[in-house]
Amino acid sequence: MSVAGGELAGSIPPVSFTLGADGQIRQRLRLSRGFMWLCRLATYASLLVLAVLLLSIVWNSVGRLRWDFLSSHYSMQPDRCGILAGLWGTFWLVLLTATFSIPVGVGSAVYLEELAKDTWLMRVIRVNLSNLAGVPSIVYGILGLTAFRPLVIQLQSVFDGRHAVNVLGLFRVRLLKLDIYDGSVLIGAMTMSLVILPTVIIASQEALRAVPSTIRVASLALGATRWQTIWRQVLPASLPGIATGVILSISRAMGEAAPLMMIGVLTVASMCPGGIESPGQLLSDPGRVLSVPFDQFTAMPVEIYDWSKQPDPQDRFTAVAASGILVLLAVLLTVNAAAMIVRYRAGRQLRW
Amino acid sequence: MSVASRVVGNWGSGVLLAFSAFLLAGCSVESVDAPAAKTGGEATGAVEASAGEKRIQVDGSSTVAKVAAAVQESFTKKFADTKVALKVTGTGTGFKEMIAGRIDIANASRPVKDSEKADCQQAGIELVELKIALDGLTVCVNRENDWLDTITVAQLKKIWAPGSTVKTWKDVDPAWPDVPLSLFGPGEESGTFDYFTEVINGKEDEITENYSASADDNVTITGIAGEKGGMGFFGCAYYFSNRDKVKVLKISPTDSVADGVEPTVESVRSGAYKPLSRPLFIYVKKSSLAKPEVLDFAKYFLNEGQAQVETVGYVPLEEAELATVNAALESAVSGAGK
Repeated sequence: MSVAGGELAGSIPPVSFTLGADGQIRQRLRLSRGFMWLCRLATYASLLVLAVLLLSIVWNSVGRLRWDFLSSHYSMQPDRCGILAGLWGTFWLVLLTATFSIPVGVGSAVYLEELAKDTWLMRVIRVNLSNLAGVPSIVYGILGLTAFRPLVIQLQSVFDGRHAVNVLGLFRVRLLKLDIYDGSVLIGAMTMSLVILPTVIIASQEALRAVPSTIRVASLALGATRWQTIWRQVLPASLPGIATGVILSISRAMGEAAPLMMIGVLTVASMCPGGIESPGQLLSDPGRVLSVPFDQFTAMPVEIYDWSKQPDPQDRFTAVAASGILVLLAVLLTVNAAAMIVRYRAGRQLRW
Repeated sequence: MSVASRVVGNWGSGVLLAFSAFLLAGCSVESVDAPAAKTGGEATGAVEASAGEKRIQVDGSSTVAKVAAAVQESFTKKFADTKVALKVTGTGTGFKEMIAGRIDIANASRPVKDSEKADCQQAGIELVELKIALDGLTVCVNRENDWLDTITVAQLKKIWAPGSTVKTWKDVDPAWPDVPLSLFGPGEESGTFDYFTEVINGKEDEITENYSASADDNVTITGIAGEKGGMGFFGCAYYFSNRDKVKVLKISPTDSVADGVEPTVESVRSGAYKPLSRPLFIYVKKSSLAKPEVLDFAKYFLNEGQAQVETVGYVPLEEAELATVNAALESAVSGAGK
């Protein structure tokens, strides 16, 4: 707080006028100072609200926030209730969502900014991207429910252990037998990709637009192809901006509960996707990862929502919900810190 | 990124792209013929691997879900290879999922409707009804309400009936003060709502328009606690855990205030608390009972699981009634031709 204030004060050099009796300039200075205080107040007010919120959550979480909260499953006993399933569920959900949305999102942005001609169709797409970014996430949840769920469940008829992929008539790869469940991580990730794609595309577009056109022109003038220009000059230059946009979108995907509840994720989960409950299991039994996308799951926001609705005389489930919020916040902050590091490193490597 | 581009280069990426496109175009999914000796071994291996993980799909009422969550917790401790996938969407949605054939057990805070039963039959699904606990539906008012201890069913109907014209407490009974009525309760997706409207208004799903509906009982309680003329209804578990926030009313099934009974564990179990005490059910798909894990879970629910009912605020069944339900389950199992 004090740092922000110091920077603010430091960025405006102290002004001293020696014009003595000119009342007009004094009034202007007063006005300017008043405006600065107004801005300062606005900043501090939002910080204050944040601090109060955080403090009340920390205060509420006392009584449950211990290490075993991270390694326990759902329980009707608030003292034993934990967020393990939500933690793993959110991890896999975000991993898959990122896998879907980053290539598609960045690719679309590159096409729209660098390659597409300015036709009416492109204009329609551009305008609608902003519109799509404003669509409530539950709408995407309904879309996921009606479009993706039947699609994914259809896969069961392929992954029944009696089908194989014939590659060019040369050899056959036998497909595994997988249990494909309703409300699986895959359906969730496809839905969540829809939720964040508009934001990813728009942020990437902004980042690409910020790359000076001289870079492109110079690259082309030196004989580089369009592809080389984009891959070796434009994309690295815009990477910090793209990374920020992507990570902010991923954070949003972590915090969304509504679309997930729409597609029917678990409410009370005593299992993690693929049965992987610790990083050790991930290493000792990597084959389980294959079943993760098709397994049922729950996510942290869904669990937090459920806990906050549990009635309890001593408000002990409030402590559980507050602990869940803190864990979610910690994960979000970690991800955002990663974004800052990526930004910093990518920005440092930039040399023109 | 620059490293990647140096390695792959312009040519490399182009070739890679062309190659993967070629591969994709050449692939086709086809079914493998009758399992040969070797592949047959593979197939059984896969089946065994997936059989190692048993899962029971449960959906439905949020009221019953609390019991189910507690029961599954101790159940999965005993049967470590079985997982219970529990969703909470409401009694009606639970039955819809059952009709769609997606779940093994539907949690219900009311008996199945005839229309739902017919839909199940049409889908070739037979239901086994198991009563698992009792719930009292409590009607509460604001703590500052000093003019009322007992309310009759007729008075409740006057307040809650569709098209009700009462605006203040005085409109209900001239002896009561001129305080505006504010009504709160669960919404129509809730089994509690279905039950209340059927018992009080005589017709399910019909209720006055002048009430605030919320799926969250905590919102209902906050609403009642915030208005002097507030009144609302919810399951007794919510009342037992929020005793100090609201004032509970005795309910009289007759017109005499003297017949009022307070909702307690004893009065709900004995049936003395009329007419707002109700049974809670799980509906098991009969064909799912052939799966040992589902049968184990249903049995566990009716035996060891009963200890969990009280911990989450509901009233366990009496011994005699439990025996009847157990017998119903047994006969369903033998009837399923297992």
